[in-house]
Amino acid sequence: MSEKTMLEVRDLTMHFMLNKSKNLKVHAVDGISFAIPRGKTLGLVGESGCGKSTCARTIIRIYDPTDGKIFLDGQDITRLSQKELKPLRKKMQMIFQDPYASLNARMVVRDIIAEPLLAHGIIHSKKEAGEYVYPMLERVGLTREHADRYAHEFSGGQRQRIGIARALILQPELVICDEPISALDVSIQAQVVNLLKDYQEEKGISYLFIAHDLSMVRYVSDQVGVMYLGQMAELCEAEEIYRKPLHPYTQGLLGSIPIPNPKLAREKVTSGIQGDIPSPVNPPEGCRFCPRCPYAKPVCSRETPRLKEVSPGHQVACHLY
Amino acid sequence: MEHILEINNLRTSFLTGNGEVQAVRGVTFHVNQGEILGIVGESGSGKSVTSMSILQLLGSTAVIKEGSSILFENEELTKLKKKELRAIRGEKISMIFQDPMSSLNPLIPVGRQVEEMISEHHPEKKKDELKAMVLELFDRVKIPEPEKRYRSYPHEFSGGMRQRVMIAMALANRPRLLIADEPTTALDVTIQDQILKQLRELQRDYGTSIIFITHDLGVVAELCTRVAVMYGGLIMEEAGIDEIFENPRHPYTLGLLAAIPDIKQDKNKRLTPIEGTPPDMTDPPAGCPFAARCPYARNICAVKQPEYVQISEGHRSMCWLLDGRAPAGNNPFRKD
Repeated sequence: MSEKTMLEVRDLTMHFMLNKSKNLKVHAVDGISFAIPRGKTLGLVGESGCGKSTCARTIIRIYDPTDGKIFLDGQDITRLSQKELKPLRKKMQMIFQDPYASLNARMVVRDIIAEPLLAHGIIHSKKEAGEYVYPMLERVGLTREHADRYAHEFSGGQRQRIGIARALILQPELVICDEPISALDVSIQAQVVNLLKDYQEEKGISYLFIAHDLSMVRYVSDQVGVMYLGQMAELCEAEEIYRKPLHPYTQGLLGSIPIPNPKLAREKVTSGIQGDIPSPVNPPEGCRFCPRCPYAKPVCSRETPRLKEVSPGHQVACHLY
Repeated sequence: MEHILEINNLRTSFLTGNGEVQAVRGVTFHVNQGEILGIVGESGSGKSVTSMSILQLLGSTAVIKEGSSILFENEELTKLKKKELRAIRGEKISMIFQDPMSSLNPLIPVGRQVEEMISEHHPEKKKDELKAMVLELFDRVKIPEPEKRYRSYPHEFSGGMRQRVMIAMALANRPRLLIADEPTTALDVTIQDQILKQLRELQRDYGTSIIFITHDLGVVAELCTRVAVMYGGLIMEEAGIDEIFENPRHPYTLGLLAAIPDIKQDKNKRLTPIEGTPPDMTDPPAGCPFAARCPYARNICAVKQPEYVQISEGHRSMCWLLDGRAPAGNNPFRKD
């Protein structure tokens, strides 16, 4: 593995046991592999239930992975204990989807942002927080005056800035962004995305950026992975994903995006995807997308397609290729 | 064209411990028979409160102010008694909401919940008649295996399927007007695409008029025939769908259009958000509510609310930049 890789996961698998005697398991993540170079962004997209958030939570070790390996900056963190993980958490932070639920309602903004500093012994009392917190507030587009207010006094976009400030205060090298803009208005989403991109340019940090909005993911990412029912359907350069989408699922996702032009929208011929994502408890045999796939062949329901490289840097798991 | 709904100078406020929140501050618009009108705006713009005012679903702290008029098929809804409104809800006007889970009763099978909607207004219908109607509705909104799904509980459905149940329920009595309040915001794009198709078909087949509320102009482009853009409790601009995209005449609309992420967006170009946050509606600005975030704001904008300027037939906008006296410098609407 190259020295420049910030995060690598190999065959990461996360199953949740539902019923031991019946051996019922949720196959949330089933053998995902990717690597994020330093200073780069990998975007993960897919519908709800595809396992993208579980993937993030497993990487940050909220869950103990069922199988596979996680390397952070070259170090295997797959089986580290929470105590051993603690010093590494400075390197790896997370931004959550819901800016309402992820901030403590009883704490003022200064204390929310200072909490990681206290937890890691960088400061020893709240009195010292200001010198770290004020510059960070300004960095994320808030002001010093905001420090003494409670989270409920802020709009969704501002709350997300507070969550970002909390994640960045430890100067992490990798930030996992789990749908950081999904709960925000379109007009506010761009504010948050610009902020994350600017910070990356300044500090050279890496992002794992998770969202269901393919246009935004393509915009922020260097590489994009499309997940379906716990598996990687396609993984390639961000530009390729809309120029040359190979997997029928990726094509369907692209076809589902509303076209912000009424004339083109009326002429739209591309069709989206029929049906719903199946249950991850009993994933379909063979290719998991097969029941919804317009191009399915007999082999698709028998054999699971392996992720293979079809052109340099472009991997797809589909029997058509 | 016949107007199915006419709203005149609607003002709705919430009386709270922190004072009066003036959510809607004088909104006038109409819905034509059989059209899909989009109401677009950010959280807090007053778009949902406007739609909830129509059926008075706002709870006890809300007040529809004196002088507001909501005329539905020539009947003044603001003057109706509770019982009279109840007869209209779900029968002539239906609503679907963003979160279908909290709109369904978790303890009752969905089939029975849809039946209730019908029997509430048509008590003469017999049990097997009701069931047949529900199965047909489920089929109509493309719920697979209607017979089996009829007996299922809400938790057994995915988000998209629940929204289909809500649509089936909303359509049960073939309403004249359907109000859809961000029905696809919580759904995946794939499911959103399916639901939008569904709504288009319903409008085409039943001639139902629809008010579609959203913060996403991309969705509006796919679905609506006309659009009203709301901000700070007021309609900033109103126009036909092609007109609003080709000839926008309000800085807020320009901002919304620029903020839509485009799949072809140049990655080295920064996105253009609308900076700042919406105003506090307990103390709404004296002038144009958008002035504080507007890149073109003049002195007058913060002081005095502009009047509507009629741009063309069916296209109006509320902005000082359109005033004949506005100087051409830093004015996107004046080319001279």
